[in-house]
Amino acid sequence: MKNCCNDFTRSQLLHHATARAGAGLPSIEMGMPTPAGSGMTRRSMLLGGAGMFLTVYGADKLGLDAFETGIAEAATGPAQAVIVTIFLAGGIDGMSVLAPVADPGYQTMRTSTKLDATTTDPLTGYDALRWHKKAAGLKALHDASKVTIFPAISYDHPNQSHFTSRHFYEVGALDPAGSTGWLGRWLDIVGDVNNPIQGLSLGGQLSPMLASTKVAVSAVDSPSGYDFPSPGVWDSAVSTAMTASGFDHLGDAPAGDATVTQARQAHRNAALLRGQLNTTLPASPTTYPPNNGLARDLQGLAQLLDAGLPIRACSLQGNGGFDTHSNEISGFGDDLESNCLAIQAFQAHLEARGLADRVMTFVWSEFGRRPEENDSLGTDHGAAGVGFLVGTKASGQIIGEFPALDATGLDDNGNVRATSDFRSVYCSLLESWLNTDAAMVIPGADQLARYAVVKP
Amino acid sequence: MGTASTDAARRRRKPKKKKRCTTKKVRSHGHVRTKKVCKPVKKKTVAKKVTPKLPAATLPTSATPPMTAPVAGPPAVPPQDPPPAPDPLVYHGTFGAREAERLLWRAGFGPRPGDVAALSALGLDAAVTSLTRPSGNATLNGPAPNADGSPLAPEDQYGHDHLFWLDRMVRSDQQLVERLALIFHDWFGVSTDAVGQVGLMLDHIDLYRRLCLGSFRDLLLEVTRDPAMLLFLNGVNSDKNSPNENFGREVMELFTLGADRGAYTEDDVRQAARALTGWRADYVNNVGWTNFRYDPSSHDSGLKTIFGHVGNFDWRDVIDLCLNNPYHRSFFVLKLWSYFVPTRPDAATQAALEKIYVDSDWSIRAVLEAILRHPALHTGAPLVKPPVVYSAGLLRARSRGVTSMSLLWWADGAGQRLFYPPNVSGWNDNAWLDTSTLYARWRLVYDVVEDDAPANNTYSSTETPAAAVAAALAYWGDPPLRDDSRQVLLTAATAAVPANATGSSASNKRGQRQTALRHLIAASPDLQAC
Repeated sequence: MKNCCNDFTRSQLLHHATARAGAGLPSIEMGMPTPAGSGMTRRSMLLGGAGMFLTVYGADKLGLDAFETGIAEAATGPAQAVIVTIFLAGGIDGMSVLAPVADPGYQTMRTSTKLDATTTDPLTGYDALRWHKKAAGLKALHDASKVTIFPAISYDHPNQSHFTSRHFYEVGALDPAGSTGWLGRWLDIVGDVNNPIQGLSLGGQLSPMLASTKVAVSAVDSPSGYDFPSPGVWDSAVSTAMTASGFDHLGDAPAGDATVTQARQAHRNAALLRGQLNTTLPASPTTYPPNNGLARDLQGLAQLLDAGLPIRACSLQGNGGFDTHSNEISGFGDDLESNCLAIQAFQAHLEARGLADRVMTFVWSEFGRRPEENDSLGTDHGAAGVGFLVGTKASGQIIGEFPALDATGLDDNGNVRATSDFRSVYCSLLESWLNTDAAMVIPGADQLARYAVVKP
Repeated sequence: MGTASTDAARRRRKPKKKKRCTTKKVRSHGHVRTKKVCKPVKKKTVAKKVTPKLPAATLPTSATPPMTAPVAGPPAVPPQDPPPAPDPLVYHGTFGAREAERLLWRAGFGPRPGDVAALSALGLDAAVTSLTRPSGNATLNGPAPNADGSPLAPEDQYGHDHLFWLDRMVRSDQQLVERLALIFHDWFGVSTDAVGQVGLMLDHIDLYRRLCLGSFRDLLLEVTRDPAMLLFLNGVNSDKNSPNENFGREVMELFTLGADRGAYTEDDVRQAARALTGWRADYVNNVGWTNFRYDPSSHDSGLKTIFGHVGNFDWRDVIDLCLNNPYHRSFFVLKLWSYFVPTRPDAATQAALEKIYVDSDWSIRAVLEAILRHPALHTGAPLVKPPVVYSAGLLRARSRGVTSMSLLWWADGAGQRLFYPPNVSGWNDNAWLDTSTLYARWRLVYDVVEDDAPANNTYSSTETPAAAVAAALAYWGDPPLRDDSRQVLLTAATAAVPANATGSSASNKRGQRQTALRHLIAASPDLQAC
């Protein structure tokens, strides 16, 4: 994580802690909210049919068999709408994704990080902003009317703590004491108590967004199956031989004693399982960018959906860290690009497999950054930032304008004023995408606006 | 840590503690003041049926030197080294590299380079005492730990507790002390999940380090009043008005006597719970539990009947009653044995161990030395390496240090996260290996071999399959892979690289083959046990 502040590192750790344990959290500074999902019990299970090691959260009174059965039963119902969230950690600089290059304030406040005509492309339908060239993947989707854009998304009295602001997004309320995620609460209403993969995190950590109270949710390290790779062995002839002639046979024969025989039997089972699971997930019809964690997760997710697994909500973390307090220009473009390319490939995958009309992806960050650059060639924590909804059913609109970088558009701290509220996005998604009364999920939903986030 | 310091003084005056004959005391019927500990007088009621276990053999007459009691029977193996007379309960065979390696795995966390040769050179007796009789404070040798570049902060940073202890397992020159700390962590099963305060947990494990080679009585007394245990089994929630049975039950069932043996009754549990009352602590916001202390006004000072003995017992008395319960000695030696040898001891061995235990006033070390010298350890079946032992051993084999949080993730995946035993009975040591945990073990090896993967075009372009297997074994210090497994590796190595490969392709294929061989060797089923 480059150039990030201590608070950011800590926030990452605390969320990690929540996801992994639910107890024994590191001490938390005064005033910091406890991550949603703290206290959820967890246990691991191998989901035989899909070759995944699920870590299941909650519903601890159920036997593991019940989960497998629940998943199988849930999968037999009609295909349902899916919500995916992608978190860009650290507070991405929205003004470096969609740059207000014509705003005079931008020119004066962003002396080292500003973009210009040569490093940007036009944003179709909105002249005030221009795409970072490295966001070409998103731009292409937007040009095809598959991206709804929130140029200045935030909430009232924005909090500048990574941890607290992220927490608000995760629990879907401006509530430091919130202990359940907004998607977890939704799943508590519509989910099946026995189907943990209805709420899924990839990458091994449970997103607090999915923290539920009634139904099981889960996290999995890798959806790409149960495989036993060796590092740096990229030559397929070598890896194939070492697996087929080596790994697969180390458990073949009984040993002279019971202990090693038992170990060999377990190994043999693993080898057999590997073979069985190797072919389970449908192949990916599209090419994803290599060495790209988000791409790996999204590809796996698309394969799981393609396999018919009953996933309703999936929360992911994007590549890189965007807490660009210093030397922002270095690395930002590459991190942005890797995320945009991954999302683009995911969308292509869904479309190729006829899944695209079921899936909507919300891309978010805990806040934007301050318009006025600091003295370290970077930017500090700000208020409103950028957000996206991606999907064939996304409205393709731009929700809220980008404020002028002057006294009318900046708040008392010199931060960008919000022209959209993330809670309104949630309410709108719940009602127009997930067919659920938002008042059952989002506190104060009746006071919040609704946006045209999906196509009518 | 607010431990009740006043207890220290009282504890000091522990008498030399002659097993049986302790304070044979009056059963005070009315006097509140006198608390008496009664040792097991043979004719007590309760379920006294003598089980098949200790056939006489026990009942030592006096405090004769423990250890190897001369038994007449001459062993088949001719006497070897100097000291002990031929004893069927002591291994007399060759103490070579294989035996030394096994001892290093059983009594520690596997060998570092050079350890096997150094230990085997000592011979069995000196090798054992080099492990069981460390002097002074432990020294940590090797690279200091970090978590992906950050210094360890076990009390503040999530998961650093695991790395912190793992580092000691990897680097301590008192390997058996760390191994025993792990064993007693399993034995008593205290988890951060229930305690909630990492600092108390670190102190709790330190307790084992301090006392693991001394008297089990001392250790059990300290565990009983240890803050982490007082939180874990509700000692601080137990007072004379509502005694909590949690510790009273587990101290009998899991710590000293064993369930379903007739060693105690439900009523004994309830009465012990009363005797154990008196512990208190305060909860302070943003601090947690603190000021642990013994408060006589919370203690039920009335008469209790435990194992048929009557007295106004307190917490120390409960411990002594348990230790003197005739079922304890067999429970203790069998449980301790099970951590070092996967098969049950025969009757003669068990009897001898019980005698050693009783004669030595509950000396853990005395029993341990007998176990570590026993033929069953050196010639019997291998013992599955617990996940953290395996994890630490991989690093030790390569003289590595702790450097990554992935050591936590995969130890967890392999079924053993330090400070988080699944419940009060500890981990299930019979179920370490399945398709899920083997995958995690594979990943633990992955991270080690990844760092040594040959760069492109740097590896030999001519290495033969046999040489490749030999090199990969040497990478791990020539561990005891079985012949048929070696043959599997040789077959794979032969298939992996065509003999006619040339140039950089030949080099790269061989480099990758080497990485894969190293990976397969350490992750092979043969080496999940030693």
